[in-house]
Amino acid sequence: MSDLLLTDARLVDPEAGTMATGAVRISAGRIAEILTQPTEIEEEMLRARNICDCGGKVLAPGIVDLGAKVCEPGERHKESFRSAGRAAAAGGVTTMVTRPDTTPALDTPEQLEFVTRRAAQAAPVNIRPMAALTKGRAGREMVEIGFLLDAGAAAFTDCDRVVTDAKVFSRCLTYARSLGALVIAHPQEPVLSAGAAATSGKFASLRGLPAVSPMAERLGLERDLALVEMTGGRYHADNLSSAAALAALKRAKTAGLDVTAGVNVHHLTLNEFDVGDYRTFFKMKPPLRSEDDRLAMVQAVADGLIDVISSMHTPQDEESKRRPFEEAASGAVGLETLLPAALRLYHAGALDLPRLFAALSLNPARRLGLEAGRMAKGAPADLVLFDPDAPFVLDRFALRSKSKNTPFDGTRMQGRVLKTWVAGREVYTAT
Amino acid sequence: MTFRHRHLLGIEHLPPQDITTILDLADSYVDLNRRDVKHSDTLAGLTQINMFFENSTRTQASFEIAGKRLGADVMNMAMQTASLKKGETLIDTALTLNAMHPDLLVVRHPQSGAVNLLAEKVNCAVLNAGDGLHEHPTQALLDALTIRRAKGRLHRLTVAICGDIAHSRVARSNILLLGRMENRVRLIGPPTLIPAGATEWGVEVYDDMARGLAGADVVMMLRLQKERMDGGFIPSEREYFHRFGLDPAKLGFAAEDAIVMHPGPMNRGVEIDGTIADDINRSVIQEQVEMGVAVRMAAMDLLARNRAAKPGGVYV
Repeated sequence: MSDLLLTDARLVDPEAGTMATGAVRISAGRIAEILTQPTEIEEEMLRARNICDCGGKVLAPGIVDLGAKVCEPGERHKESFRSAGRAAAAGGVTTMVTRPDTTPALDTPEQLEFVTRRAAQAAPVNIRPMAALTKGRAGREMVEIGFLLDAGAAAFTDCDRVVTDAKVFSRCLTYARSLGALVIAHPQEPVLSAGAAATSGKFASLRGLPAVSPMAERLGLERDLALVEMTGGRYHADNLSSAAALAALKRAKTAGLDVTAGVNVHHLTLNEFDVGDYRTFFKMKPPLRSEDDRLAMVQAVADGLIDVISSMHTPQDEESKRRPFEEAASGAVGLETLLPAALRLYHAGALDLPRLFAALSLNPARRLGLEAGRMAKGAPADLVLFDPDAPFVLDRFALRSKSKNTPFDGTRMQGRVLKTWVAGREVYTAT
Repeated sequence: MTFRHRHLLGIEHLPPQDITTILDLADSYVDLNRRDVKHSDTLAGLTQINMFFENSTRTQASFEIAGKRLGADVMNMAMQTASLKKGETLIDTALTLNAMHPDLLVVRHPQSGAVNLLAEKVNCAVLNAGDGLHEHPTQALLDALTIRRAKGRLHRLTVAICGDIAHSRVARSNILLLGRMENRVRLIGPPTLIPAGATEWGVEVYDDMARGLAGADVVMMLRLQKERMDGGFIPSEREYFHRFGLDPAKLGFAAEDAIVMHPGPMNRGVEIDGTIADDINRSVIQEQVEMGVAVRMAAMDLLARNRAAKPGGVYV
């Protein structure tokens, strides 16, 4: 692959926590050089065969989206690797770490190989599939963690299904530890939160919706952390949403447990009142929380207590959303809206860009042992060029995902992806 | 008189003057209903469909009589036995009915918000006859009319709502309506049956009947569902009656001329003592049923006048 020189860019370096103006030379799919001196850049421009002028816009390591769902196998009408891949490229997501909560659950090496093959054929971005932690996500028997690791599983998770049996979960953590595998959970006390469609409080009560206290999340997290302490396992608490859980997380991190945590962008940008008159596109799992919780989560990302921001991309077709709120499906698509939504935090002054890209790119890559996520010599040339200020009104039918269930339809957003490169190859250009 | 609503989905979107409009018109229908010939042709030629996705005898009968007295062609559909069992979605059911050109759709559904969803999909006026734990607007309106006729006013009254508030759409609609008309609302019940966040609704919350009923002008008892008596929410029926059932002693804490209300059907000996329910000097439970028909006639009359309004227009 021929060299490419990206000039006049504002470079985001999440490792150093700095911004710089300069150029990036890409060679053989990797970042060959980062140039910040004008004279160096001029010399390089004379040599370079391909130059892309970034026009003073922001160039950052491509997003590593931890926990996106592609509905292959099982529900290709909701999302395929092709459609998700195009959506990811357009959203600046260069690596999708996909969820195993497909139909059937991804729990054997054979299925993982199928998914890897489909992904390589159809999607222009990197795809790293995760595998289920227990067979059929049923919470009873652990999957073949060793074989699945060999087949390329990025991590192990039963997603929104809690492994209720503490014995099973502790054995999974113990066994995974010996192989260095990462276990991911969405902590929740499953009985307390059963059937809940909203967060308990004034709003849910007025709407007459079955609701759960955010304490259910804390209860689930406390149990998981106790088991992590017991087993010494590697653990990532994903999809956290409530202030009540943060103190427990902080204690575990201070105690030196091998623990990280993630939040999905909807819990950083929306709150329970957005549901309004039963708008099912705002039905999430866990449900949207109070404004106090949202602010606490934003602060936790700024402080580094929460490591990862993800889209928790969950495609749902119109039929599963156009139902009474209680029985409507949960989740929202997010690959294309992750960056503009997350940029709300930047525009609100809560985070600077290096901090934001630490949460979007660097930290998830590190946690999964990937080389991506860095703006450094030798790193894969997975990059996103975007204009953080460009305003637009989101039209859900313009999304590339097969499913259009975004809570941001008709919303004014700021931040547009201009170009995306994966291993130095351009996979998206804004028109 | 302006009443600019396409549907009656809840009290939440009704300003005080619209509540008064409905009650004033309902007053005139009370007079009609007490005549020998209880008939008007206000809704003649219009089709009213009652869709009940949840069992109901009283509300359905009330809506049916209301429609018939106004001359509408009324049809009842017991939805819990019909298409839902065949796997049809609510929207498809709505579209099917919509194609039959009804003018008024009366809907009860076990899930909160389902009637709102249905109303988005049809061209006719929709009346919410109770959705999940959300709202039951005509019940709140008939309660308001009963109070206004018994007390001579619908403001500056102390109203105590007692019992299973958490599972009551009647309570929610009443709290909204009574608050909007500037009354003092108290909720009394065991904490397990008080919804989360109720203290933020602009009401006073009590778990003690003596303090909660002190000086109340209106005592509104709620039905306690049998399935909630099994130890999940309250320890037993008899402990509940002892602590929260309305008997003469507890009623003694309320104002001397306090009226007693109940949306029905009653569990005598659980939430209310039989002697109080039958005391014609205190209980207005039968009047509530009578007002129900009048209020539903008024609501349907007003909505029918607006039925030409287009979706997405100024009408809500």
